[in-house]
Amino acid sequence: MGDTPQRSAHAGTGGTTVATSHGWPAGASARVAEPSGNPGTPGPGGGDALPRAKAFGAERAFRGLTLAAGTFVLVVIAAIAIFLIAKAVPALRANSESFWTFEGWFPNDNPPKFGIGALAFGTVLTALLALLMAVPVALGIALYLSHYAPRRLGNGLGFLVDLLAAVPSVVFGLWGRDYFAQPVADLSAWLNRYFGWIPIFGDGPYGNSILLGSVVLAIMVLPIVTSLSREVFRQTPTANEEAALALGATRWEMVRTAVLPYGRPGVIAAVMLGLGRALGETIALALTLGSTYAISFNVLASGGNTIAANIANRFAEANDTGRGALIASGLVLFAITLIVNITARAIIYRRREFTESAA
Amino acid sequence: MAKRIEATDVTAYYGGFKAIENINLTVEPKTVTALIGPSGCGKSTFLRSINRMHEVLPGARVEGSLTIDDQDIYDRDVDVTAVRRMIGMVFQRPNPFPTMSIFENVVAGLRLNGVRRKSILEEAAEKALRSANLWDEVKDRLGKPGAGLSGGQQQRLCIARTIAVEPQVVLMDEPCSALDPISTLAIEDLMFQLKDKFTIIIVTHNMQQAARVSDRTAFFSIEKTGDPGRLIEYDNTQKIFSNPSQKKTEDYITGRFG
Repeated sequence: MGDTPQRSAHAGTGGTTVATSHGWPAGASARVAEPSGNPGTPGPGGGDALPRAKAFGAERAFRGLTLAAGTFVLVVIAAIAIFLIAKAVPALRANSESFWTFEGWFPNDNPPKFGIGALAFGTVLTALLALLMAVPVALGIALYLSHYAPRRLGNGLGFLVDLLAAVPSVVFGLWGRDYFAQPVADLSAWLNRYFGWIPIFGDGPYGNSILLGSVVLAIMVLPIVTSLSREVFRQTPTANEEAALALGATRWEMVRTAVLPYGRPGVIAAVMLGLGRALGETIALALTLGSTYAISFNVLASGGNTIAANIANRFAEANDTGRGALIASGLVLFAITLIVNITARAIIYRRREFTESAA
Repeated sequence: MAKRIEATDVTAYYGGFKAIENINLTVEPKTVTALIGPSGCGKSTFLRSINRMHEVLPGARVEGSLTIDDQDIYDRDVDVTAVRRMIGMVFQRPNPFPTMSIFENVVAGLRLNGVRRKSILEEAAEKALRSANLWDEVKDRLGKPGAGLSGGQQQRLCIARTIAVEPQVVLMDEPCSALDPISTLAIEDLMFQLKDKFTIIIVTHNMQQAARVSDRTAFFSIEKTGDPGRLIEYDNTQKIFSNPSQKKTEDYITGRFG
């Protein structure tokens, strides 16, 4: 858009230098508007013979720089992938049980036995439970901050939520293990007594359970989902909000007609980032989960484990095969994250016709 | 389906700033009334106070009395959303809901009113789109996004959305200022047809447009920047543009000022 008048200005004075206009500031073209009747002192628009394009200039240098930066990412990713696969393959070869279905982790034994099934299951289950708890609360907070709270209060509360994101995960883990475990155990007993007929609320012993881990995890993903959603909601065009209000919408109806649909892709992205954090969270879950290797839907009983928590717990004692096994589990975690991200992109892409015109 | 609007001593504020002062005018049913005047004279503020959209902005408030068929719009017990359903509004820039299809845009207001039956919605959508002279252009792509239409079509879509809920009064805030002359003409034609059913109040910067479409014209002006806008003259459009009784109006109409 912006360069259209510039182009015509140059054309008017005989200079088609737009494509290579390095030599002078962009704003200078305004001066070209003066009549070019005096060829003695050609302005930026030229007037003399067409200058040659520069063989090497800041333009090309910058282009090269950005290209190098882009390539660097690919190189790093490839290097990491090669390293991980090279380490993982020997350990997988040595495994005497099925890597996918064996429920246990004894890579230091002879022969080594380890399986990823329970870990992958625990990873996905804790992350999903955490999102299930965090997302509704996060969206509620985000909507309150962006559309209901008085501006000052909203900014202050938003700052507090962001502060929550700055707490190191080990602090959450210790807090969860030492202070939060007891209330969650009490809650577990209560859930089991009244909702025991739902299979996920099984018998105890209650302690470091999937419920405790996912509640702590929920608190940890809350800030990222909240602040991203708040930003997205804030960007709803005023024109759309007014359109809804002028049709006779109440505040909540306005939010439903204008704000939520507009923010949908952004909210999905926020949830996916939260899921990414939940899947990869290490130390807080290493401290709050029971570190068992069984697949169980009972979220109340002590137990549960995730790939990342298992790596943190077992790395110190691991021998060569043990490290290879942990790296293999890391590759599986990477694959899970990748699948999640591709799914999220697919969801956003499916509605691109509407979301693109929204931008 | 058209009602009389009566404003008595309407004064509107943005926080401490008084934007319009003591506006008195009566708009008859089934007429087109144009509000003209220089920028910042409070035409839009007055328009927005008619359907209580003015108070949406933080710190904005309205004093005086505004009635629609003798019911006080600003009565403490009146439901704001009911006022806005009765008095629809079309904005300066076309603002279809970007995430909705053409069809969903038109029926958005009906959905807000709890209409769920598909057959009723479809019927209402066709009727509104036909009234907005848009049906033939979009009938084959009702499922496509509303934001994919051209600017003029989008504005007519917004008009369809507004009239789909069958309001009594339609307010238009410079509805053509973002449009090309052909789309402008289409919307002016539309206003002629719509005034059979609705009371229309339009803010415009384009005096030819005011002269073409309106029955009555209100001229607003300010003394200087920072002063509240006032109603200078309100009369039949014919009279305002041929023989205004106020010097200020004449200066503005003839282009000597503003």
